[in-house]
Amino acid sequence: MSEFLTKSRARNIFYGGSLFFVVIFVVLTIQSHRYVVTTSTAGMPLTEEVALGKHVWERHSCINCHTLHGEGAYFAPEVGNVMTRWGVLDDPEAAFEVLKGWMEAQPSGVEGRRQMPRFEITDKEMRALSEFLRWADQTDTQGWPPNDAG
Amino acid sequence: MKYASQKVAYAYFLCAMALFGIQVAGGLLAGWIYVSPNFLSELLPFNIIRMIHTNALIVWLLLGFFGAAYFLIPEESEREIYSVKLAYIQLILLMVGTLGAVGSYLVGIHGGREFLEQPLWVKFGILVAALIFLFNISMTVLAGRKTAITNVLLMGLWLLSLLWVFAFINPDNLSLDKMYWWFVVHLWVEATWELVMASILAFLLLKLTGVDREVVEKWLYVIVATALFSGILGTGHHFYWIGLPGYWQWVGSIFSTFEVIPFFLMMSFAFVMVWKGRRNHPNKAALLWSLGSSTVAFFGAGVWGFLHTLHGVNFYSHGTQITAAHGHLSFYGAYVALNLAMFSYAFPMLRGRAPYNQVLNMASFWLMTGGMAFMTFVLTFAGTIQTHLQRVVGDYYMDVQDALTLFYVMRFGAGFAVVLGALVFIYAMLVVRKSEVITPGDATQVAGE
Repeated sequence: MSEFLTKSRARNIFYGGSLFFVVIFVVLTIQSHRYVVTTSTAGMPLTEEVALGKHVWERHSCINCHTLHGEGAYFAPEVGNVMTRWGVLDDPEAAFEVLKGWMEAQPSGVEGRRQMPRFEITDKEMRALSEFLRWADQTDTQGWPPNDAG
Repeated sequence: MKYASQKVAYAYFLCAMALFGIQVAGGLLAGWIYVSPNFLSELLPFNIIRMIHTNALIVWLLLGFFGAAYFLIPEESEREIYSVKLAYIQLILLMVGTLGAVGSYLVGIHGGREFLEQPLWVKFGILVAALIFLFNISMTVLAGRKTAITNVLLMGLWLLSLLWVFAFINPDNLSLDKMYWWFVVHLWVEATWELVMASILAFLLLKLTGVDREVVEKWLYVIVATALFSGILGTGHHFYWIGLPGYWQWVGSIFSTFEVIPFFLMMSFAFVMVWKGRRNHPNKAALLWSLGSSTVAFFGAGVWGFLHTLHGVNFYSHGTQITAAHGHLSFYGAYVALNLAMFSYAFPMLRGRAPYNQVLNMASFWLMTGGMAFMTFVLTFAGTIQTHLQRVVGDYYMDVQDALTLFYVMRFGAGFAVVLGALVFIYAMLVVRKSEVITPGDATQVAGE
């Protein structure tokens, strides 16, 4: 190996090979971007309300307890399919009511039970959040999660 | 210490160790909340504590990398740092940004993309600091001797700074958001940071073992080549279930399997260099941390990463405690232990004395490494049970979590050992105990020291 693979050869393989893989990665990324917009998330329009819901989700740092499509903290349940779990995926009004009811019941204060903080959220924001969660739930995630438990 | 400007690294390492303390304290608190969920729940909710835990970790590791660069580049380039003043300004910017971020988390001001929760002004501060750093370090390297170590280190630092741009890109479309988010997260820790890690490791082994530079640098290029060849398309293993095309399941599975190789090579590299090296360096603690880092990185990042990277497995294990187990051991082995190796190596020189507190330092290694290993095992067991009950049987999340309490109690115990180890390490670095000062033996003198 030492005869064939000199330091400068190793360096050239490193630079050339990395560039090669970067190019492939960029091409696949462009294709994936298009796929997301036209196919996997096209089931429900990305309205201003959904976008607002995403900001509400972010502003309260929900991701640092919950997972969304399996990513986040593992302290609280998956919410990428929460609307399916609640059986309200196709009913915006019910989705809003259930979410509002749940969030306003927090923190439960039950001893020995993980506590979700009380978030001061207006009805408009609550509706946006439930629309965002419905939007996320209809994303084509290649069949994940395996069941409704999330 | 050969160059006066290397002293900059001292300030970086001190700040890094302070944040290291905050990080592990946050971790311990979060671990306790798993055991006793009502603790602090109204005052300081779990999500805030977790942000502090992860953000402090990332920043202190970066401070360690920056410090390491300021320490080793003068020696490699054989000249003083371009501007010491800029280096301190950069450090102040980073510290103000970090403490500002922690402060704003405590009062409830934060973004909501995991790990990138910093307020916008902090993100800009980090960007400016990174640019100052790149300018300063590039000017130094360009004017001096060019080595493979500086080439790879600089490339890693340039690329990771450029990728920071994606921290500002947050599309309204959640799936796109997630895809670009991984450009920072994955391409940092599973690509560009590996370049930084490999080059720092190469520098340490060069100094500690005395093996010929040609040999070390050839290894270095082979290692970083395998890191990027596998790591770039290996990003695909995060793209399975977030709304991206199905082909990522194959691309991700195949390439991320190869991600084991650079970590295996780094471990082999460390041991082979030590066997080959004729130098009997007096700093045994730095050597232990270097060997330990590459070994634990191989298990944490390599083995535990492979454990759940194949898409057929990941379909069931995604987002469970398995991921937490892998995350903890890989970060500890690859980046925490490597930084501590650098601190252990550089501190005596920065303070102008022979290696000190080596026994204490090595005890802290075993305490921390033992604690992290135990934590990884219990989280892996917890994750296996969780995967079965929740993903296969279909039991509800909180019911499953209640069944895992015993593991979380053991995880807290393991975390306690880690915190203890961290405190012992910090003490061993800062306070010179007379009884443990080791005067160098008649070993071969280390060139350049």
